[in-house]
Amino acid sequence: MINTELLILGGGPAGLCAAIEASEAGVKDIIVLDRNQELGGQLVKQTHMFFGSEKQYASTRGFDIAKILIDKLKEDKNVKLWTDSTALSIYEDGVITAEHEGKYVKIKPKATVVATGASEKTLAFSNNDLPGIFGAGAVQTLMNQYGVKPGDDVVMLGAGNIGLIVTYQMLQAGVNVKAIIEGAPTIGGYLVHASKVRRMGVPILTSHSVKEAHGTNNLEAVTIWQLNEKWEGIPGTEQKIEADVLCISVGLSPLGELLFQAGCEMAFIPSLSGFVPKRDENLATTVPGIFVAGDVSGVEEASSAMVGGRLAGLSAALYLGHKVADKDARKADYLEQLDSLRHGDVGKRIKDGIAQATI
Amino acid sequence: MLKKTGIPTPEDINGAFPSEERLNKGGVAVIECYEQIPCNPCYTGCKIGAIKPFEDISDLPTINHDECTGCALCIAKCPGLAIMVVDVTYSDTEALVKIPYEFSPLPNEGDVVKGLDRNGDYVQDVKVVKVLNPKAFDKTPVVSIAVPKDKIRIIRNIKIGGV
Repeated sequence: MINTELLILGGGPAGLCAAIEASEAGVKDIIVLDRNQELGGQLVKQTHMFFGSEKQYASTRGFDIAKILIDKLKEDKNVKLWTDSTALSIYEDGVITAEHEGKYVKIKPKATVVATGASEKTLAFSNNDLPGIFGAGAVQTLMNQYGVKPGDDVVMLGAGNIGLIVTYQMLQAGVNVKAIIEGAPTIGGYLVHASKVRRMGVPILTSHSVKEAHGTNNLEAVTIWQLNEKWEGIPGTEQKIEADVLCISVGLSPLGELLFQAGCEMAFIPSLSGFVPKRDENLATTVPGIFVAGDVSGVEEASSAMVGGRLAGLSAALYLGHKVADKDARKADYLEQLDSLRHGDVGKRIKDGIAQATI
Repeated sequence: MLKKTGIPTPEDINGAFPSEERLNKGGVAVIECYEQIPCNPCYTGCKIGAIKPFEDISDLPTINHDECTGCALCIAKCPGLAIMVVDVTYSDTEALVKIPYEFSPLPNEGDVVKGLDRNGDYVQDVKVVKVLNPKAFDKTPVVSIAVPKDKIRIIRNIKIGGV
């Protein structure tokens, strides 16, 4: 049994910031566990400059932010960074099991921050299992982590921020993106991202979806069609586009399995993208000692995940009994940053969802 | 319509441009930020204070075009690549338009490249006057192109090679 003061599940923007904050708040024995070979979560694939303010590293590129956070933790004697390690389960007595360095290990933390992130959703259509049909995250991993071009001619499904950003990254990599199609009547992502790809000549077709994919051994073409206001395909509007890649970017779903297993009270909240834990303002779940941060608590931008991680790290340190002289100022700062990131039209739905999830 | 196509309307673009009087005085930033999102690096990056402090981080930026010197520092700072600098005093017939360009290969100074509009459509050939890519721009190079004065509201991108 490995005893530790704080265990952080997930080394993405939320988990890394939770570790930094907890260490600053006096926690002496922190393990950050991540199933990937590299820490940073989705940050390492993000080549665009971040929005937000200086406090969330605005105007800095995602992979550079990951480097700043990881470098800080590598120098921190209070923190152990476990990569290639997968959390497997949480038991009633608080024991968490994991695969670490090829071994099955049991960890007994005094507090846990769950920052497991989210997974990509997909879409049901005929032949959606053909090779060449990717999630947008897979395309980003291939290109930006492994330097592999996903294909030559792409149809992107989804005009949210991920669909728009990955389209731009493919254009930068010399891949021809033939069209972005979006089921909703308007573009879901930031319009500045939409304008960036539009002025590169990529058409954005709203109220359109995929009807079917074609190919024998791999994807050869995609049939798209227009949707009516009930999101039903309109016969007669089909267009066949030759493509060897169909990239699916239709949203994310919080990865809350461990929270369910731990007995945390969960709620289905569509504006937060699925089942999320009920929590208080300090990001404490209904199970004492388990805190949450990042997309697992509701899908948002990485900027909010970093601030949420800070707040969860502080809350865990206080729960563990550490005295933090400026705790009130820190908490007020994080709550204010979160609030300001959730202003505007995009933030309103998130705020409504969080109000429903807050106890 | 911008929310359906990603293409701003002529009214959107005209609303972002300074007055003719200001344009005629020399280089000035044109901020095409049409949507409230939480973002303020243009303000923090503006060294002369022409871009005003944000009351709320989701406000659209406010720029005093009369204070703006057209220094172009904000171009590479904007995460949305939504800023260009226009200088109509460049020559009798042409304006200098400075745009962010994050593609490889970069053009060379003196090259003639394709000028594209906000739809990505070819408008006409334009000459590359300058290419700036210092470390401070953090991989967002700024390319200056010479654009006929009647096209400063049209040409917003370039393409190297085929149409």
